[in-house]
Amino acid sequence: MITMAGKTIRKWWALFALPTFASFLIGFIAPFVMGIYLSFCRFSTVTDAKFVGLQNYTAAIADREFWRSLVYTVAFTLVTVVVVNIVAFAIAYMLTKAVKGANIFRSVFFMPNLIGGIILGYIWLLLLNGVLAHWSRSITYSGTYGFWGMVMLYCWQQIGYMMIIYIAGLQALPGDVIEAAAVDGASSRQTMFRITIPLMMPSITVCTFLTMTNGFKMFDQNLALTNGAPSNTSELLALNIYRTFYGRAGFEGVGQAKAVIFFLIVAVIAIVQNRLSTSREVTA
Amino acid sequence: MSDKIKHPGLWGVFFTVVSLAWIFPIVLVVINSFKAKAYISRNAFSIPTGKQFVGFENYTRGIERTNLIASFGWTVVVTVGAVALILLCTSMCAWWIVRVDNWVARTLYVLFLFNMIVPFQMVMFTLSKLADMLSLNTPWGLWFVYLGFGAGLAVFIFTGVIKGIPQELEESAMIDGASVPRIFFRIVLPIMKPAIVSVAILETMWIWNDFLLPYLTLDMRKYKTMSIAIQYLKGGYGSVDMGAMMGCLVLAIVPIIIFYLICQKYIISGVMAGAVKG
Repeated sequence: MITMAGKTIRKWWALFALPTFASFLIGFIAPFVMGIYLSFCRFSTVTDAKFVGLQNYTAAIADREFWRSLVYTVAFTLVTVVVVNIVAFAIAYMLTKAVKGANIFRSVFFMPNLIGGIILGYIWLLLLNGVLAHWSRSITYSGTYGFWGMVMLYCWQQIGYMMIIYIAGLQALPGDVIEAAAVDGASSRQTMFRITIPLMMPSITVCTFLTMTNGFKMFDQNLALTNGAPSNTSELLALNIYRTFYGRAGFEGVGQAKAVIFFLIVAVIAIVQNRLSTSREVTA
Repeated sequence: MSDKIKHPGLWGVFFTVVSLAWIFPIVLVVINSFKAKAYISRNAFSIPTGKQFVGFENYTRGIERTNLIASFGWTVVVTVGAVALILLCTSMCAWWIVRVDNWVARTLYVLFLFNMIVPFQMVMFTLSKLADMLSLNTPWGLWFVYLGFGAGLAVFIFTGVIKGIPQELEESAMIDGASVPRIFFRIVLPIMKPAIVSVAILETMWIWNDFLLPYLTLDMRKYKTMSIAIQYLKGGYGSVDMGAMMGCLVLAIVPIIIFYLICQKYIISGVMAGAVKG
């Protein structure tokens, strides 16, 4: 249905919609379409592409480093989603209950979010290497060290952000429902699992989605903290793709094919996650 | 939700301790920024006294080696320009999409939604080559790259807000003879102000800290943002000058913390509002 105002506004497309759309075309649509096409080509710049069919994809799938970084990334994402969400929820829950100085604590926990990934990586490089120096080791001692180092870094960064979203959710909860439960003699545990958590599903959806996709796409922190060392064992998927592109000449096509696979995984997570948890949302 | 908990004092102590632990990594960087570089990796937890203490030497060396002042300037130019452009263009575009609501507008909206789930690695190679060909490899060229790649979230949040604004106001203004731009800038934009602040915060946090996009897109011989300058300090294969690194890290963190202390209220409510994404 187009309203009268809509018809008048439509004529102003060149002023209102075109600047964004033109930039969107250059900054997103064209690179995306070219990226899909180039994943079926052999190339070193975008102008010398030669169609090679599925060759890049078979090379990507045959690459054992790619699989290793995929498993590494999945494990990293699973661990961090669980830890970040549980801790952030717990902190938010306690801070909404009359703890003195709650606002100061909230500010402190949120602060790491404002610092960029590269800088965070070097801050934690100093801290973790400082601790590990006692055993004459460093964060690049093995892939497992890098894994837990990145888990700590990522939790430190993300807990504050998710805590803010949970606090917003908790403050919007209808107080009368919880009071009614208390009057009816529900224990605090029952109130938590039967009322608070179901009502908090929208916030939980958003936070799981954000932690999952952010974790899956993490790059800067990985680059600064371990840069994949030792011998690529602490390499997350995004870093693996980056190094395939820019680390080895002649592998640009394989890198692009990996990027397409990466995109498909992220897209599937986004869609499945959205479907799953919107169906589980409850209203009071 | 402000019912009493048991032992409020104990929880206060608990959170004080956790908060102190939370800022410890940053304090540690500040301490080490005054330490001679040879002691930093061996003795990260010592207090710099005597011959370990080097004053501001790490800072001056860090600034010299990375040209950090210039990088700070470029980061400001990129961030302020890109955020301003994003706010102006996407708010106009979102209004156009909601009010026109024909198949073009709806297709555009779906494309913007799609943009939100595509990771940067998918387009990084082609985007950086394209930016190069179109001479967008300057800080001001980057404004348009950010507008293009970052449009999705902004359009999504703005359309959500505009759908809640009753159209009657705009229609009566139109009958009174107001032009379309005038209606947008005088009536719609003021109503959107809280959403604009939220989007400004979210986009600033993203662009100020972004590393890979400017690294691949900008002409590295002329322009480096702060994250890039710090990453360059690490160099190829050689060891890192940890002293200069600490100095640079502190200098990169201080402006952010000042900004945070001033705009804290807006930042936190911006994040809360941005949480509708998903």
